[in-house]
Order: sequence, then C-alpha cells, then structure tokens
Amino acid sequence: MSDPSVEEDDVRHMASLAHIELDEDELARFADQFAEILSWFEMLDTVPDVDEAVDVENVLRSDTVEASLTQDEALSNASDAEDGYFRGPPVG
Amino acid sequence: MTHNAFISRQQAAPTGSGKLDGISVAVKDNISTAGIETTCGSAMLEGYVPPYDATVIERIKEAGGTVTGKTNMDEFGMGTTTETSAFGPTENPNAPGRVPGGSSGGSAAAVASGDVRIALGSDTGGSIRCPAAYCGVYGLKPTYGRVSRYGLVAYANSLEQIGPMAADIEGLATLFEVICGRDTRDATTVDPPEAVSDSSTVTGELDSPTIGIPTELLEGVDEPVATAFDEAMTHLEAVGATVTEVSLPALEVAVQAYYVIAMCEASSNLARYDGVRYGHAGDETGDWNSVFADRRSVGFGEEVKRRILLGTFALSAGYQERYYKQAQDARRWLIASFDALFDEVDLLASPTMPTEPFPLGETIDDPMRLYKADRNTVPVNLANLPAISVPTESPRGLPVGIQLIAPAFSEDQLIRVASTF
Repeated sequence: MSDPSVEEDDVRHMASLAHIELDEDELARFADQFAEILSWFEMLDTVPDVDEAVDVENVLRSDTVEASLTQDEALSNASDAEDGYFRGPPVG
Repeated sequence: MTHNAFISRQQAAPTGSGKLDGISVAVKDNISTAGIETTCGSAMLEGYVPPYDATVIERIKEAGGTVTGKTNMDEFGMGTTTETSAFGPTENPNAPGRVPGGSSGGSAAAVASGDVRIALGSDTGGSIRCPAAYCGVYGLKPTYGRVSRYGLVAYANSLEQIGPMAADIEGLATLFEVICGRDTRDATTVDPPEAVSDSSTVTGELDSPTIGIPTELLEGVDEPVATAFDEAMTHLEAVGATVTEVSLPALEVAVQAYYVIAMCEASSNLARYDGVRYGHAGDETGDWNSVFADRRSVGFGEEVKRRILLGTFALSAGYQERYYKQAQDARRWLIASFDALFDEVDLLASPTMPTEPFPLGETIDDPMRLYKADRNTVPVNLANLPAISVPTESPRGLPVGIQLIAPAFSEDQLIRVASTF
C-alpha cells in the first residue's frame, strides 16, 4: 500500500471527465488535498469479505399514464426553449 | 438579531387542517417548494423555482402547517459548518462566533433562535444531527425509507433522509408523524413492520433498556464533550437504563467508506447540472462540452467541485474496484456488525460530534479535518438506521449533542429515551 501521488495533470483529467474547468490555483490545491484524501481511503484495504443479505423487494406499479408536469411547467426553468423543446448549445 | 438562517422568507399557506394547525415550519432549501425558489445553497440553482412540492411539503400543508421560509445550508448539503453556502455563513444563535454545524445549519439556527419551533432538515452523513448538536436543539435522522425523498434535490440518494428538527421532543415527534410513510413517488419508501411511532411515545419514562456505548466513537473526543456525554449516561442509568461498553471494529473504516460512496453518488447526481433544463446559464459560446464546463465552473463552489472530482475519479476505469467496491464491502460489514450488536443491546449511544462547535472560519480550508469530524454521524447513514441528537451542554456552556441509535424502524424508542432528558 503506497501513498497515491496526485499530479496536476491527474486533476486536470478528472476535471475534464466531470465537465468542470479549474484554474491554476484550484489545480495545485486539489492535487495536494486529493493525495491526502486518497491515501486516507486506502484504509478500506482492511475490510473483510461479508456475505450480502438483501431483504427488500422491488416495488412496481401498473404501466398506465398518470398526471405529471405540463410542458410549460417542465420548461419553466429552461435557459432557452424552442417549439416546446429545451434548446442547448451546439454539439460540435 | 439575524443569524442568516434563511435564504428566503417566502411563505406557503396550509391546504388542510390537522396536527400542525397554526404552526410554522422552516424548510431546508434543498426541499422543493412549488412556486418558491429552491437553491440548495448554490449559485447553480439561484433563481430556480420548482413547479411542484416535495411530498413532505404537501403533507405539512395538508396537516395545517405553514412553510415560513427556506433555510441556509452547505452547498448541495456538502459540508459540516454551513460555511460552503453561496449565500454566506449562518451564525450559531447559542454559541456566538461559532458555526451552527451543517449542512442543515439554517434550520437548526431558525429553531435555536426561537424563530420557529420545528424545521425540516436532511441528513446524508449527519446533516441533521450535527447542526442539532451544535445549536442545542433536537434532530432526528429517520430509518432509510421512512420518509419520502420525492422533491429532495439529490446529493447521495442511498444515504439521505429528510427529518425533523425541533426545540422540544413533542414538536419533533409531531413533525415526524406528519412527514413519514409510504409514497408511491419514492419507490425506496417502505412501511414499518410493526406499529409506527407517534407522539404518545413522549412519556418521559423508560422500560429498562440496555444501552451500548461503542468505544470506537469515544476515541479522540474532546474533554468537554466527553464530560457532557458521561453526565448524560449517568442520567440514563438514573432513569432505569443499563449502560455498557461495546465494540464495533467496522466503525474504524465507516467514515472513509461514507466519503467514497457519497462522492461517487454526488458525481453522478450532479452531472445533471448543465444549465439547459434549469440552473445557472450565462452567455457562454462554444460547443456543448466547453459551455457545460464553463457553466459548472461558475455555478459550483469549491467543496462541490472537490467531491464531484473525487467521485468521478473513484468511479473511473481502473479505480472502481479499489475505491467504490471496497467502500460497498465496508458498508455491508458495518450493516452486519450493527445487526449482531442489536441482538445484545437495545440502543447505542455516543457523542453526536467529537468537538464543541468550531469557531467560524477555522476549519473551512481543511477538508480532511471536516471529513473526520463526521466520524460519529455517518455510520447510521451507511447502515440505514435511525438516530437522534439530544441537546445538552459542555461544562463551559457550549451546546453538545448526545446521539442515540436504534434498530431500523425504532424511532419510537429514540423519542421515548430522548423524552427523559
């Protein structure tokens, strides 16, 4: 079990997967903090195997149409809408 | 005197009549209120107005209650001090200059200041019990599935429950009765196997329960908190309980397992914030990826970014086995350990928090210190169990909480024991 080292490039990669832009200060600070936090998570290596006991049942309802939000309500917080649809930024 | 307990003071009127007639309820700002802004303490959701009520809000209004405002909180529930709110920190009415605890710090402060008698919080890893302890009020984290999460803005859905906070145990029991119960809109809600608790359990009397104290939850507890806890245990013995020390080795890894699971769930849940359907959107230009990244960088605060990134990492290819799977193993180990322990004792007790309330600003730049401070509260979230924080005081008069933990669906036992203090 070794201390994970976390470079700024590693943080940059995590940020890109999560769609979050970080500035240089945040990159440096997160790299230091993540090394400490991930090293603390290594304690989980000591956990023994335990059999899983599941005693819950799935809850289902019949597949019928029920009342839900109207289209106007669903669009009421949208930054942009067109012809009853959400409108987002261009894909490519 | 204002403690910045509320983000907004808009009211919602009752729709019926019942147990909450004439009573005002403060509501944490991550619980959806139709027509009333719901921010989660985040710039990301500033201006967001839900088109529907959470089930708990419908039930409060039907029972005659008035929603009297939305309370401040750590951003998306991520914090232990209410200092990560985009709307500024909340002050502790019962410990001036100190944090109110978090993440439901606004609800606790609204109760502690006398503004309201009862409030709703939510508890993912202690977010009801910590601020209850730090502000000197009662707070209950119900059994997972007892209270509908429909309309609760998700942070870590396998861990969180909405629950009551109150100035007195009768108020807490009444609000719990109103909000609990099965809901077809939250498939994780369940009916309890036996009679449900109600306020008739506030008797002030005990039928000789055995209360175990897990020694792992006393390690490193500050002296003033330990003194207050010892006095509380002496009180419980005086009213008929048998108090005994027990050991639960799985507790040694509970807080690590909690943070891995909570961060993983957060990274997935908060992926929805792209400013298209709701949430912060500026006049960014560029393609889909860069626009979303810009919006999320502006909309989220630092603690939220930290947890999303760590959760993304722990779920990424090559690391899932090492972090997420091991954390789930730890969760199963803890559940099995609690089950076995409840064959020997009726309840468990510990200090709610290992320290008195922190001075404002002291811990906000040290995430590890704050994560470790949640050590005593996170185990019940992992194990789906109910727990209550009962208010008491340290020798120098600062608020301290006593945590009592019960088997699943035994909220009535917790309320009965709390009513003897």
